Amino acid sequence: MKTSHGEGSAAKSIARGTDEGLHEAVSPGDSHASRILLDDAGIRRSLMRIAHEMVERVEHPSRLYLVAIPNGGIPLARQLAQNLREIADLVVPVGVLDTTLYRDDLLTTGERPALRRTEMPSAVDDHVVVLVDDVVKTGRTIRAAMDALMDFGRPQAVQVVGLVDRGHRELPIKLDYVGKNVPTHPSEQVRLQSQAGGPADALEVVVVSRADEERRAAR
Amino acid sequence: MIGRDLLGIEDLERADIERILDTAEHMVEIGEREVKKVPTLRGRTIVNLFFEASTRTRASFEIAGKRLSADVVNFSPSSSSMKKAESILDTARTLDAMEPDAVVVRHAVAGVPKRIADVLGAPVINAGDGAHEHPTQALLDCFTVRREKGRIDGLTVAIVGDILHSRVARSDIYAFSKLGAEVRVAAPPPMIPLGIEALGVKSYTSLREALDGADVVMALRIQSERLTGAYFPSTREYSATFGIDRAKLRFAKDDAIVMHPGPVNRGVELSHDLADHRPSVILDQVRNGVALRMAVLYLFAGRPGGARRARVNVSAGELAS
Repeated sequence: MKTSHGEGSAAKSIARGTDEGLHEAVSPGDSHASRILLDDAGIRRSLMRIAHEMVERVEHPSRLYLVAIPNGGIPLARQLAQNLREIADLVVPVGVLDTTLYRDDLLTTGERPALRRTEMPSAVDDHVVVLVDDVVKTGRTIRAAMDALMDFGRPQAVQVVGLVDRGHRELPIKLDYVGKNVPTHPSEQVRLQSQAGGPADALEVVVVSRADEERRAAR
Repeated sequence: MIGRDLLGIEDLERADIERILDTAEHMVEIGEREVKKVPTLRGRTIVNLFFEASTRTRASFEIAGKRLSADVVNFSPSSSSMKKAESILDTARTLDAMEPDAVVVRHAVAGVPKRIADVLGAPVINAGDGAHEHPTQALLDCFTVRREKGRIDGLTVAIVGDILHSRVARSDIYAFSKLGAEVRVAAPPPMIPLGIEALGVKSYTSLREALDGADVVMALRIQSERLTGAYFPSTREYSATFGIDRAKLRFAKDDAIVMHPGPVNRGVELSHDLADHRPSVILDQVRNGVALRMAVLYLFAGRPGGARRARVNVSAGELAS
């Protein structure tokens, strides 16, 4: 990670992200999900509002640097970057940061989880880094992401976007921008997926109860 | 899926190999950072137990372990004082009582890592045993080819040199074959083991025929320390017939790459020029070796149950006394 990257590399990163398409980033839709928390229009509205909030709240919006936590954060960060360009003419770097090697439960779980890509297009020093995740629950992923981020430099500040905040925090982590607060049961699964039967880039957030999950596995 | 120990490529499924290579792909990025360290194996201990001299492989494992924040301890008992199998196992048991999370073993005798694995609580990673296997070398060779060529399936890999005594050749044959490549071996007849075709390779005594259409040319080190009989008339003659230089490389595909597990005998199995320049990728192999070994340590080290098993043994001994 050298420091001299300008807006060019940021734009390239966004472009590359677009090429990949959403199917690689998030899991395909599952029509067996019990209920939809946020549909595609709802997600787009949330991301537009959050982009406005960022521009309003951050003192120097030109120092924004979005960092997606894979996989769900990737399409969201890309959409946020596009929104920032539309509303404030900002070209912000978009990075991807895998938190797996920083997890606190690696040595207690049996099988090692698969790693995902990390790609930081430029140095984070003196930027306002905004971590972007799809669903925030315990806060442990965000803790891991902050540790990982520090290995890439010294951001001026770190903020967090969660498209869905489920509560059930196990660490003192608070979100700066929230799409939607959703009270859920801890055993339920909430996930971002491409919209079942929808157009290629449409997303939705669904709740899958344990019973649904078991039914699906039995199928 | 992947077992507790990594003793040889022969035991691995294609999916296992691919999982290790995919993991290594992500480890490469860590080596490109300014801070080349992640906390994954913090508080874990890896023992490098090398009964046979090695600088490269040992350093590679050591750096890999340290990049994952593990504590790496090098232990190199001299081979002369460790001739009996019992003392090897005693040494291993002693180390195991210190509860390492992985033991990386190299030994001049084939099968020693397996024997050690049988008595150890910790996972064992084979870093080369006799003329048997050297799995991490084969994995980093496959990883290097995949990064260079984008695939392994359908490629032709020609391994040239002392196949008979080479653990790298054996592991490479298993690995590349399992990943769908056509593997050929070429050497003077005494250096080709009888029945090698049973491993699914084609053997050649003509270098030209072996290289025809090859995508990868792998030159093996002529290991004078292992060559006790007369396997070829002279080094010069070997070099003239089987040494790879630019002229002979023309038999292979135009975009063929040249590999070597190192250290190179310059002017013997590889020309001076090829040892240092494209299309040889020898230094990429070394670089990729660190990422690959990080992947292996990530996937194998510190399995739950390993340390616990050792602890149970100790308390059983205390009860008996």
